[in-house]
Amino acid sequence: MVAISSPNNNTMKLSGWGRYPRSFSDVVVFNTLQDFSRNLPKFGGYVARGNGRAYGDAAVGRTTTVLTERLNRVRSFDPESGRLIVESGVLLADILATFVPRGFFPPVVPGTKFVTVGGMLAADVHGKNHHKHGGFGDHVEWFTLFLPAGTVVRCSRTENSDIFFATIGGMGLTGIISEVSFRLIPIETGWITQRTVAATDLDATFAALDTNTSATYSVAWIDCLAKGSSLGRGLVYLGEHATQQDLSASKPSATQFVSPKEGRATIPCDLPSWILNSASVRIFNELYYRSNVAKADRLLLVPYDGYFFPLDGLQNWNKIYGHRGFVQYQCVIPRQTAKTAFSEMLTIISRRGNASFLAVLKQLRESAGYLSFPLDGYTLTMDFAVVNGLAPLVQRLDFIVLKYGGRLYLAKDSMQSASTFRAGYPQLSKFREVRQHIEAPRIIDSQLSERLRI
Amino acid sequence: MITTGTVLVVGGTSDIGRATALRYAQAGWAVQLAARNLLEAQRNADDIAIRTGAKVSVHYLDVLETQRFDEFTDSLSPAPDTVICLIGDLGDQYRAQSDPEYATNVLRTNFEGPALLLDIFAERFEARGSGSIIGVSSVAGDRGRASNYIYGSAKAGLSASLSGLRNRLAKAGIHVMTVKPGFVETKMTVGLKLPTLLTAKPDQVARAILSGQASHRNTVYVKPIWLVIMLIINLLPESIFKRLSI
Repeated sequence: MVAISSPNNNTMKLSGWGRYPRSFSDVVVFNTLQDFSRNLPKFGGYVARGNGRAYGDAAVGRTTTVLTERLNRVRSFDPESGRLIVESGVLLADILATFVPRGFFPPVVPGTKFVTVGGMLAADVHGKNHHKHGGFGDHVEWFTLFLPAGTVVRCSRTENSDIFFATIGGMGLTGIISEVSFRLIPIETGWITQRTVAATDLDATFAALDTNTSATYSVAWIDCLAKGSSLGRGLVYLGEHATQQDLSASKPSATQFVSPKEGRATIPCDLPSWILNSASVRIFNELYYRSNVAKADRLLLVPYDGYFFPLDGLQNWNKIYGHRGFVQYQCVIPRQTAKTAFSEMLTIISRRGNASFLAVLKQLRESAGYLSFPLDGYTLTMDFAVVNGLAPLVQRLDFIVLKYGGRLYLAKDSMQSASTFRAGYPQLSKFREVRQHIEAPRIIDSQLSERLRI
Repeated sequence: MITTGTVLVVGGTSDIGRATALRYAQAGWAVQLAARNLLEAQRNADDIAIRTGAKVSVHYLDVLETQRFDEFTDSLSPAPDTVICLIGDLGDQYRAQSDPEYATNVLRTNFEGPALLLDIFAERFEARGSGSIIGVSSVAGDRGRASNYIYGSAKAGLSASLSGLRNRLAKAGIHVMTVKPGFVETKMTVGLKLPTLLTAKPDQVARAILSGQASHRNTVYVKPIWLVIMLIINLLPESIFKRLSI
């Protein structure tokens, strides 16, 4: 055995959670804050990688990928204000396990808890409460950032505010995030009061979302295989943090703060692609829809873990789409035209039958970062297995997104063109100015920034 | 038998040190972290204190400064009930072979420092009639191999020292435990291609230490398969062993 002195690097084939595309990159790990400062200036063409849960190529460096997994300490917590300061490599799962039992919850959680706080900031992630409480970036009070020279700057709405707004949603392209300060919200229990509204078509699904904007959490599941008069039929899930009263009324013997199950089921290997075919999923979707219609409008108490992170129970669920991987397609369309746009998109998808089996529809509002994804409108998310002929389908969808003034989420993206990206992100020039100013071009670069010519 | 109290973790900035301190803190122990880099130790101490609510303090210690061990031990308040020594430095075998000064450092860091420090605690625990001593040694000390025998011989010395302590203190009711982690995914082994089946995570080592102490184990192989592997390696006749490259 030869001990290699830090920084240690080796070349690996890396991809995002979608396992597409895969590219070679040197991987570097630093141990201490001082190591980051000392060693970063020696590298070029790098980007930070937290837990690798961006779906596409955002967290793979142009030449080098810097792991932040060792920046994983909780720095301080004030139970009076809920203010939490953590290093960027701390996992959301870790925060939940530590603070939910003490009656605190993150202000925003995305669809998986296996993301780092640095990743949440860099992607300005949104949750089921975006329509009401905004994205993660809206809750960040300040953060510190390693610049290309290895120096550390503190950024907030008042200090280095241009770097602050470039880093929120900036996909790691302004530097390596070191520490992040934000406030947790108080909760009385670890349970969610869930109400399901069944909607028979796309109009009804939109209407169910629109009439329930006062709900803290809301999101719709859409059956992508439903056609004709049922096109866009869905189930809208509304949720609130359950109070102690809610809990004692309906589940008097339940524990106030349930801890998530530790053991997780795993997918042992890539599933053969025929398992998910339109016939099997059509049956599943039909049964799923009907069973939820039966439960609709009743109040259900569910543990927060299953409500927010249903897929986390299945480790490596990204293997169900087969060895070629998959892309998660997520766009947002402005309020006025969203229904028309989604109707066009769902028509294409449902005719194809096997492209995507379900979609998620959610209301969003404006966001803060120069490259933040959310805007005032609706977002639609679908999974596509990578198959021959996927590119033309995605291009047709991209065309609809552009026609209606929308954009694609960089944390999911692996296929859009540089021109589609430019059209969707009008604040790109401001973002580039900040990159110039901190001398990031050619130094901080990911596969994504290369592809989109950011 | 000790269930909780104050645990001194020597090597408090190592990955295994951090994981072990966290597990003990979760189990209700107060934690003292001893390390050279106090800034890094404090970073771990704050993290553990916030996560668990335990009392965590940091203490400066350089295992090469053996003449200051008494002073260090006196400065701990309260005196710990359990001491866990996790000091280890794999070093660079090739450099150590031809650089005696460097080799001396590897030997002193892995053997002399830890063994002498634990001797001091042995004295105190014996006088007091209670306490637990846990030393993290290595399977590399079970048989010398070309690729790491300088580190390995120091760890062999530490294993012998721990077994001697155990023999000496058994009558006094003081538990002495030797821990052999095998491969562990830590900053010491970043960049090495380690076989998954044989490699433990720092937290697995931490849990093995905590449960090993609770059940009064003498020697703990974190991954039991290492016991089998080392048994086979130790049974190989030297005439064969010397020709192998393992």
